Amino acid sequence: MNYIDALVTAVMGYAFVFLGIVLLMIVMIITGKIMYKNAKKSTDAPAAAPTPSTEPKKAPGTAGELKLYDTDPKTAAIIMAIVAEKTGKPLNELRFKSIKEVKE
Amino acid sequence: MDILGTLKGLAQDSGFGLFFVEGGWKYFVMIIISFVLLYLGIKKKFEPLLLVGIAFGCLLTNLPGAGLYTPELWDVYAGTEGAQFVTASGDVLTHVTFTDIIHYGGLLDILYIGVKSGLYPCLIFIGIGAMTDFGPLIANPKTFVLGAAAQFGVFFAFFFATRIGFTGNEAASIGIIGGADGPTAILTTSLLAPHLLGPIAIAAYSYMALIPMIQPPLMKLLTTPEERKIKMFQLREVSKAEKIVFPIVVAVFVILLLPATAPLIGCLMFGNLLKETGVTERLSDTAQNGLMNIVTLFLGISVGATTVATRFLSLQTIFIIILGLTAFCFSTVGGLLVGKLMCKLSGGKINPLIGSAGVSAVPMAARVSQMVGQKENPSNFLLMHAMGPNVAGVIGSAIAAGFLIKVFGG
Repeated sequence: MNYIDALVTAVMGYAFVFLGIVLLMIVMIITGKIMYKNAKKSTDAPAAAPTPSTEPKKAPGTAGELKLYDTDPKTAAIIMAIVAEKTGKPLNELRFKSIKEVKE
Repeated sequence: MDILGTLKGLAQDSGFGLFFVEGGWKYFVMIIISFVLLYLGIKKKFEPLLLVGIAFGCLLTNLPGAGLYTPELWDVYAGTEGAQFVTASGDVLTHVTFTDIIHYGGLLDILYIGVKSGLYPCLIFIGIGAMTDFGPLIANPKTFVLGAAAQFGVFFAFFFATRIGFTGNEAASIGIIGGADGPTAILTTSLLAPHLLGPIAIAAYSYMALIPMIQPPLMKLLTTPEERKIKMFQLREVSKAEKIVFPIVVAVFVILLLPATAPLIGCLMFGNLLKETGVTERLSDTAQNGLMNIVTLFLGISVGATTVATRFLSLQTIFIIILGLTAFCFSTVGGLLVGKLMCKLSGGKINPLIGSAGVSAVPMAARVSQMVGQKENPSNFLLMHAMGPNVAGVIGSAIAAGFLIKVFGG
């Protein structure tokens, strides 16, 4: 391979990688913007027409009601704190459905 | 019964006896080299998952008389001028297919079919895709540019390789070492210059393991302490939908742009899609673990098998080792220089150290950016910012490989 051919191939190759990557970057920026807009629209839509609700507003991270069987709220709170500590996850990422005392 | 004659015959036919025939010493040297590679892989932990396999393949292929790998058979397969293979029954083959290789070859020949057909590198790319988080790149698409900039060494080494007598195909395979991407280097070399596969694979994986030693001096040389201290702002949150769309868009766009990248980019993005969909956890898990491990096992040992003494011990190998290091260094330089340019253009918001992560050794190169940045400013956390160019480098090196395959592979 002669000097000129090698140089032209090298320069062209590097330029081609740049071209490909820059075009890809532009495509990704456009895709990102479209998706961000769509996501914003879908979050704005319910806010524009709120439906009347009689239910009390839940705190962020709340996931439904917790049913207690033979367990007082204080013990339930301690159990939930222990589970969160042992699993290493924050309480608002855990969902407790019910807590029941098992009697032997 | 001629006991002495029998014993003499056994001694001459044994592997030990073959060390003393003409050129037999080369096997001995290669066995020593395989021990050194085993030491580097096991003791020094240089990319052990692959290097241990390569080293053991090197050992097996250089045990005289073992007949596990038959380079002559592959010469005929490649259509090398004047190449022919004489079978045990005396038939002379001047054209062979994979079926013939299974029939006449050794165990490592059969495993090597996976390399030659491009199967192993592509399957590994599925695993890499399943293990890669493109989130940082999606959050900051500007860092794509650094992934392109860090392919400088590929073309720099390519050019110099042609100047010292390598053919275009060989130079392209040597240059791709600078992409710092093992599977890409193996695929490109197996397609363009299969006779150089052993030294190129060893150089590529050794230098990838040496990144923490190769890059920091260059990073310090090309950046000022003030630049290294620059803190970057937290990345925006990337939605799940964006992460799912990303591999689809990249696969469609890059493959349409350069169809030669289809095997690598297609598999990389397929693996990533498995990871991001959230509904194919079992497949993603298999790609990341089981599949990746099995293919790595086969890839390592069959690449090692190509380091046959009669071919490996040559001046070419030394040149490849030197050019590979040059490619790595200049890829780092390319990334750093464009990183500096982006730093200036952004008014000092981008730390140029993340440029060196544009070489695609994931996540090692990003870790080096983090390490060097934190040395200058202990409260600096560049890792996530460096992951953007790092994964862009995987795409960049695949495009570079696609270009070279297209130009030299026809």
